[in-house]
Amino acid sequence: MALSAELYYLIPEIILLSGACLVLVLDAVLGKEQWSFTYTLTQLLLLATAGAILFVDPGQAVTVLGGNFILDPLGVLLKVSICLVALPVFFYGHDYNLEHGLHKGEYYILGLFAILGMLVMASAGTLLTVYLGLELLSLSLYAMVAMNRDSRMASEAAMKYFVLGALASGMLLYGISMLYGATGTLQLAGLANAIAGQTDNTLILTFGLIFVIVGIAFKLGAVPFHMWVPDVYEGAPTSVTLFISSVPKIAAFAMAMRVLVDGMQPLAGDWQGMLIILSVLSMIAGNVIAIAQTNIKRMFAYSTISHVGFLLLGIIAARPAGYAAAMFYVLVYSLMSMGGFAMVILLGRKGKEADLLEDFKGLSERSPWFAFVMLILMFSMAGVPPFLGFWAKWFVIMEVIRAGFPMLAGIAVFFSVIGAYYYIRIIKLMYFDKPLEMKAIKSSRQMRTVLSLNALSLLILGLWPPLLMALCLKAIGL
Amino acid sequence: MSDTIYLAIVLAPLIGAVIAGLFGRVIGRSGAHWVTIAGVGIAAILSLVVYKHVVFDGAAVHNAALYTWLKTGGLSIEVGFLIDRLSATMMVVVTFVSWMIHIYTIGYMHDDPGYQRFFSYMSLFTFAMLMLVMSNNFMQLFFGWEGVGLVSYLLIGFWFKRETAIFANLKAFLVNRVGDFGFLLGIAAILMYFHSLDYATVFAMAPGLAATTIEIFEGREWLLMSFICICLFIGAMGKSAQVPLHVWLPDSMEGPTPISALIHAATMVTAGIFMVARMSPLYELSETALSMVLIVGAITAFFMGLVGLVQNDIKRVVAYSTLSQLGYMTVALGASAYAAAIFHLVTHAFFKALLFLGAGSVIIAMHHEQDMRRMGGLSRYLPVTWITCLVGSLALIGFPGTAGFFSKDAIIEAVHESQRFGSGFAYVAVLAGVFVTALYSFRLFFLTFHGAPRMDHHTREHLHESPKVVTVPLTVLAIPSAVLGWFLAGPMLYQGYFQDAIHVAHENDVLGEMAEGYHGTWQFLLHAFGAPVIYIAFAGVLTAWLLYLKYPHVPAQLAERFDFLYRILVNKYGFDSAYQKLFAEGARRIGEGLWRAGDITIIDDICVNGSGHVVRWCAGLLRRLQSGFLYDYAFAMIIGLLLLLGYFLPWASLLG
Repeated sequence: MALSAELYYLIPEIILLSGACLVLVLDAVLGKEQWSFTYTLTQLLLLATAGAILFVDPGQAVTVLGGNFILDPLGVLLKVSICLVALPVFFYGHDYNLEHGLHKGEYYILGLFAILGMLVMASAGTLLTVYLGLELLSLSLYAMVAMNRDSRMASEAAMKYFVLGALASGMLLYGISMLYGATGTLQLAGLANAIAGQTDNTLILTFGLIFVIVGIAFKLGAVPFHMWVPDVYEGAPTSVTLFISSVPKIAAFAMAMRVLVDGMQPLAGDWQGMLIILSVLSMIAGNVIAIAQTNIKRMFAYSTISHVGFLLLGIIAARPAGYAAAMFYVLVYSLMSMGGFAMVILLGRKGKEADLLEDFKGLSERSPWFAFVMLILMFSMAGVPPFLGFWAKWFVIMEVIRAGFPMLAGIAVFFSVIGAYYYIRIIKLMYFDKPLEMKAIKSSRQMRTVLSLNALSLLILGLWPPLLMALCLKAIGL
Repeated sequence: MSDTIYLAIVLAPLIGAVIAGLFGRVIGRSGAHWVTIAGVGIAAILSLVVYKHVVFDGAAVHNAALYTWLKTGGLSIEVGFLIDRLSATMMVVVTFVSWMIHIYTIGYMHDDPGYQRFFSYMSLFTFAMLMLVMSNNFMQLFFGWEGVGLVSYLLIGFWFKRETAIFANLKAFLVNRVGDFGFLLGIAAILMYFHSLDYATVFAMAPGLAATTIEIFEGREWLLMSFICICLFIGAMGKSAQVPLHVWLPDSMEGPTPISALIHAATMVTAGIFMVARMSPLYELSETALSMVLIVGAITAFFMGLVGLVQNDIKRVVAYSTLSQLGYMTVALGASAYAAAIFHLVTHAFFKALLFLGAGSVIIAMHHEQDMRRMGGLSRYLPVTWITCLVGSLALIGFPGTAGFFSKDAIIEAVHESQRFGSGFAYVAVLAGVFVTALYSFRLFFLTFHGAPRMDHHTREHLHESPKVVTVPLTVLAIPSAVLGWFLAGPMLYQGYFQDAIHVAHENDVLGEMAEGYHGTWQFLLHAFGAPVIYIAFAGVLTAWLLYLKYPHVPAQLAERFDFLYRILVNKYGFDSAYQKLFAEGARRIGEGLWRAGDITIIDDICVNGSGHVVRWCAGLLRRLQSGFLYDYAFAMIIGLLLLLGYFLPWASLLG
């Protein structure tokens, strides 16, 4: 294949990269007054990228650039999802930034580069590409967390995130080097073949695998590599937390799929066991510690950790149907998570974050509709039928049962019951407690519309779950 | 006679009840009373038609299933009617008394906000009672039985904002539950041994099972028939308010007066009497059960009458009188004089409804004052009420010639004839009861209508006779109370009126023996003057006159002198407080204990909140791991890594 023909498949990334550079320059030239312009351009760029991904979609697996870049149905779906989820995320973030005086083009520009990194990860054909994409993503995120330089909490969070991220990154790289040493290849497909072909290097392979798993677990925020999550979620500006909590999770899932499934399916017996430990610990710690939180951003952080535990269940099944269930879970999760943070943004006002649980008290009296929106979000996160979150849990739990881990399914159900407590507590606060103040919620019409659609989609898609599941199954190739 | 008529009799009140109950707001107050009165009126007139057909035209007994509700195994549960002389008589009594009371209610409940609801309940009550008396099987009997129980609950608590009314209706319901439980056991036993719930089948099989015994507790053999009959009678004790299940009836006076009349005179309380008469083929097989019936009835007849002596609430006196009269009927049943029981039931229905409505009329005139100590001298203001109440009271005490005379005399005579175990005691009890009846009846009459007026000035100025809707039913009821005996006594008691509807074994047939000495009603009347009964009654009236008109200060002195006895009577022998303490309190204690131990401690504290606390405690503990220090976080990651390495690395291959 000629280079031009190969680059054809990279058009979306190229568009995003050049677009991001253009935005960077324009933002610098046009100055701060024009920052809404930066925002608009960013959204258009995301739309164009998503369109381009669909445009170049080959409909099958295509490997280009010497095996470094893969475009397959899985990659296409995840990349389109990343772009499309980023759209409302930037929308909510924009609203927050406006309100809280974070008039900074960096938010969007860093976001775009982070998305570029995610796209690279989702299309990675070698361990090196995975690492490249991951670093681009991570570095952008560190900067984003620190964006509000005047905030001590944000700076602290960014510092923690950076140091721990560097540690994790180092471990991942170390693991990659081990794998390379054992097999002599960085290509994921070649890696799988090499592993399948040899039996005498299991020690080094397992050693490398463990380090790689640590890298993935850190990115996902699975226990015990989750310590950064609550501090970063709480410390970062909410618009950044919103971003971190939703879009990169899809990328982390893509990374897990690429490395574990594409590259090390023959070692499934090993990584299944490791993921089970991570998953169980995540479900336990996430659901239990969330109960003790009074800050809703922190509570969502632990909620995320528990959701990661559930998400891992699908991968643990180590079968295509399980991967589809996990993918379904991550997409549903990103929808719920951004809705939840959007509610936090909505309740906050100029200079004041509404990030405490008690800010939700009596919301039904102040604004019945938004209380209802939050109710949908919370019920969905708790896994109450018929909301989408129920189906997400249902599918992964069914898959682990089919894969022969009924105990694991039992643990998952048990801790989802415990988890229901802190979600439903919010509903109780909204509907049964007296509000601390009676000010009506101020919001733009666009904000109301997007948030309502966000929440209602959980209900509507939940009434007909095969719709979204069909996409996931198709992407996995079922 | 087609099924359609029977069905119409039952359904007309039901339809009226449904319309008045569900569409009361649409049809308004007058709409509600018109539609229910029309419904019950249709039932009453058609009942008369049926009565004529059955009694005068001598039609065959109608016994057919109308509708099969369900079939399960070999059992089919049906809705069916058995129309013979017994049920035809009951139908007429029930529908007519109910009809009169419906009309009376227009006046009595005139200003009540729950007007439509009240009419709806009353018609529903009539429906349930008709289902009960017309049934041809035990299941439908039970349906009607529970139906009247339910509606009586609703009606006693009709003024549901009064705490006493709620207490009373709950009490009535609970006490009846006790009875109903026995009743249900009886029905279950019938089903178990007869494999059928159809009257005809059961009665036909009964003689074959007369010698069957059952063993419920180890080593104790009981005659099956005794067991069944006693269980059924426990049900009757609940509904017909026999000691010791009588406690609900006086309290049920909390309901509006028309209800007191409807429930206590004509219908619900007679359900038990009717049922035992209907089951006569079974009871005749158990001497034990009949003795029990006899003794329970005698106790009720005498001792409840005594309590009536010390009551001051006009309605409560009538209520205790009802208890006592029900005792008479039960005694008659126990003496195998079923016909006499039903006869007394019929006459009592009229004069007791009359007395209740008369009391109601007084209460209206007195602006809902029910205490007789604040009445007196009302005869001047309420002439119609006065004269009708006099008729009712005379009938109640068995004044020669009135309806009550014939029925009560027959009962006393029957007990006298009976050789059954307990009949000696019963005879003494009913004779003494006559004196007591006369005394409390005329105590009520004198205190209310004669003597010095004791009401306040304001009330006295506004005293006037009740409206026509009240006085007309009074008059209409007074006539049969006075003269009914002349027409019914002969046929019902002695001339085989009930034919096969009531079965009496030859050796038990006391009425049959009495029939040999019966030579017409006049003879009966004259014969009575040779017996002690009417003199005892006169003595009672005389005593009442002496105590309450001539020397009105004496009763208080007597009460003081015989303080102990007086206290016992006022406390109604302590039944109420005993039940209250033992059963009500006991049940509540047990319930509260179980609630504390089971619900609060085990379920709430340990299971629900306990697990919650454990989780919360764990949460508090685990969150401390999140110290906020970077080195702790990094340390955690390293630990995690090491654990994974330690657990998953193939150490065996490494070391080996």
